[in-house]
Amino acid sequence: MDNQQNVLLDVEKLHTGYRLQGEFYDAADGIGFTLKCNEILAIVGESGCGKSTIVSSIVGLYDRKNTRVEGEIRYKNLNLVNLSEDLFNQVRGNNIGMIFQDPMASLNPLMKVGDQVAEALLYHTDMNKQQRRDRVIELFNQVGMPKPEAMYDMYPHELSGGLRQRVVIAMAVACKPEIIIADEPTTALDVTIQAQILDLLKKIQKESDSGIILITHDLGVVAETADEVAVMYAGQIVEKADVKTLFTHPLHPYTRSLLNSIPQSDGDKDDLHVIQGTVPSLKNMPRTGDRFAARIPWIPAEAHEVDPQLHEVEPNHFVRCTCWKTFHFQDEG
Amino acid sequence: MAEEIIQVKDLKVHYPVRSGFWNRITDYVRAVDGVSFSIKEGETYGLIGESGSGKSTTGKAIVGVEKVTSGQILYKGEDITKESVRRKVNYNKDVQMIFQDSMSSLNPRKRIEDIIAEPIRNFENLTTDQERDRVQELLSIVGMPSDAIYKFPHEFSGGQRQRIGIARAVATNPKLIVADEPTSALDLSVQAQVLNFMKHIQQQYNIAFLFISHDLGVVKHMSENLAIMHRGRLVEVGSQEEIYKNPAHIYTKRLLSAIPKVDVEHRAEHAARRREIEREFLQDQANWYDADGRVYPLTEVGPNHQVALPKEQIRGGE
Repeated sequence: MDNQQNVLLDVEKLHTGYRLQGEFYDAADGIGFTLKCNEILAIVGESGCGKSTIVSSIVGLYDRKNTRVEGEIRYKNLNLVNLSEDLFNQVRGNNIGMIFQDPMASLNPLMKVGDQVAEALLYHTDMNKQQRRDRVIELFNQVGMPKPEAMYDMYPHELSGGLRQRVVIAMAVACKPEIIIADEPTTALDVTIQAQILDLLKKIQKESDSGIILITHDLGVVAETADEVAVMYAGQIVEKADVKTLFTHPLHPYTRSLLNSIPQSDGDKDDLHVIQGTVPSLKNMPRTGDRFAARIPWIPAEAHEVDPQLHEVEPNHFVRCTCWKTFHFQDEG
Repeated sequence: MAEEIIQVKDLKVHYPVRSGFWNRITDYVRAVDGVSFSIKEGETYGLIGESGSGKSTTGKAIVGVEKVTSGQILYKGEDITKESVRRKVNYNKDVQMIFQDSMSSLNPRKRIEDIIAEPIRNFENLTTDQERDRVQELLSIVGMPSDAIYKFPHEFSGGQRQRIGIARAVATNPKLIVADEPTSALDLSVQAQVLNFMKHIQQQYNIAFLFISHDLGVVKHMSENLAIMHRGRLVEVGSQEEIYKNPAHIYTKRLLSAIPKVDVEHRAEHAARRREIEREFLQDQANWYDADGRVYPLTEVGPNHQVALPKEQIRGGE
């Protein structure tokens, strides 16, 4: 199969800036990645690194007055950057489905959950009322809800957190979108429910050949579900590889530090690794040089590139800057 | 052998459910339904459970902010479920709490100095200078700069705020700190920082922690002994190694298998195992829970390891 044909979404040089006191500051600074069909791409990073900014740029959910989006987000022949609101309304829900973190906040508390899922079908298809109801029940079945007919007439507060998130997933996949964007879909859920929801996402992806962008801060979730991983720091992708490579052979200092600070359930009792300093805020983000340099001050300045680029160090393994070559943890001396 | 600092005996917290014309009490929600455990001096005791399992209610009952329906909480041999006893043994000074959400547990209109000094003002008589020195000392313990005392909570990041919360909890030199999900709102690298500070403070001042969390990885890192809670009761109690190596109750196994592991190479096996345990959990409900869906009482299965086993299994083991 031709590789080009499988590409669902091609993001190139995406810059998304927010206006703060009259000036624009880029929260996503030159992001590039591709999403192929049948693939789960995970974007990981700590809060404030720009993960959700990417999502809102793709689906056009930003405040148009105070946000500046530049670059290219190619979906088929369409460039999603600065698309008109009308066109976005056609794409959203129909071609791109979205799942958000808090299921209670993304459901209308005054509407039956079945009707909420049917709403997507009302906008994007020409089904009649009975057909919509049947399709919703079929969807509820697909996302593993018990007694789908009875569930149709329930209100969100009557459902548990796991069931609510299943409703949101049913909503996202109602129109069989090719791309599903899941922004921290399991962060608000218990571990056992989290496992079920992740299994469900994988199942849906296999059935429909869709591509999923999974935004998360949980490296465990990434290791268990993703195919490809992009690690973000301060608005840039610092490392990108397939899961296996990234977890067994991480190169960028930030990825290595993050992996080191996980409290392992089979780890020893020593102190956890702490990354010095804090993630810079949007206004104070360094715009030149290696953005992570300030947090690994023991690495000499010569080790960093002046203008750090993503280098392909092995096939399909990209690392920003050259400092990984000489990087060592402080206590390794 | 360290002495037991607190003993919880058959603790029950029930909330009444009112309904009907007269709004009479028709039923109870058994949030905590017969929980017993004890915490030793200077140790970290982990209390694990999913949402709704009653773990936070247990923690609140121990601090004394939740009314106990029945059962005892013994501190220095006295039952502190009564307010008057709590006053007598200085309980409210010796037991402090760290909350999950640092933003809502710090008063946004107070300066850090006043926030940290509040417990000191309640329990000690210090001059203004002494008080300020003490606040500075507490801030340096949690690694905060000294000019922080003039700032307000919103000027800090989540991890820094949580450290201020820790400084406040430590201010009265407590013997026990109940930490209710102290790091679940924090990023990974910040979490590591906060956990390290908690450990250092524990070693320095010999403070016992009741560490309430749903994150089994964090609890394993922090605690020596732990209890797993489900439906208001304890499912498995024991030392950390025992429970992580030989989980006996199906619910413990289910929880442990559901933690996402960073081990990419074995993720297929891991997922298969998780699904198998999930199936077993659903099929064997009747074996592990009684007719009302409640957890059985705990039975000793090994040194420092108790499991809630059904009666038949106990006889089979003998």
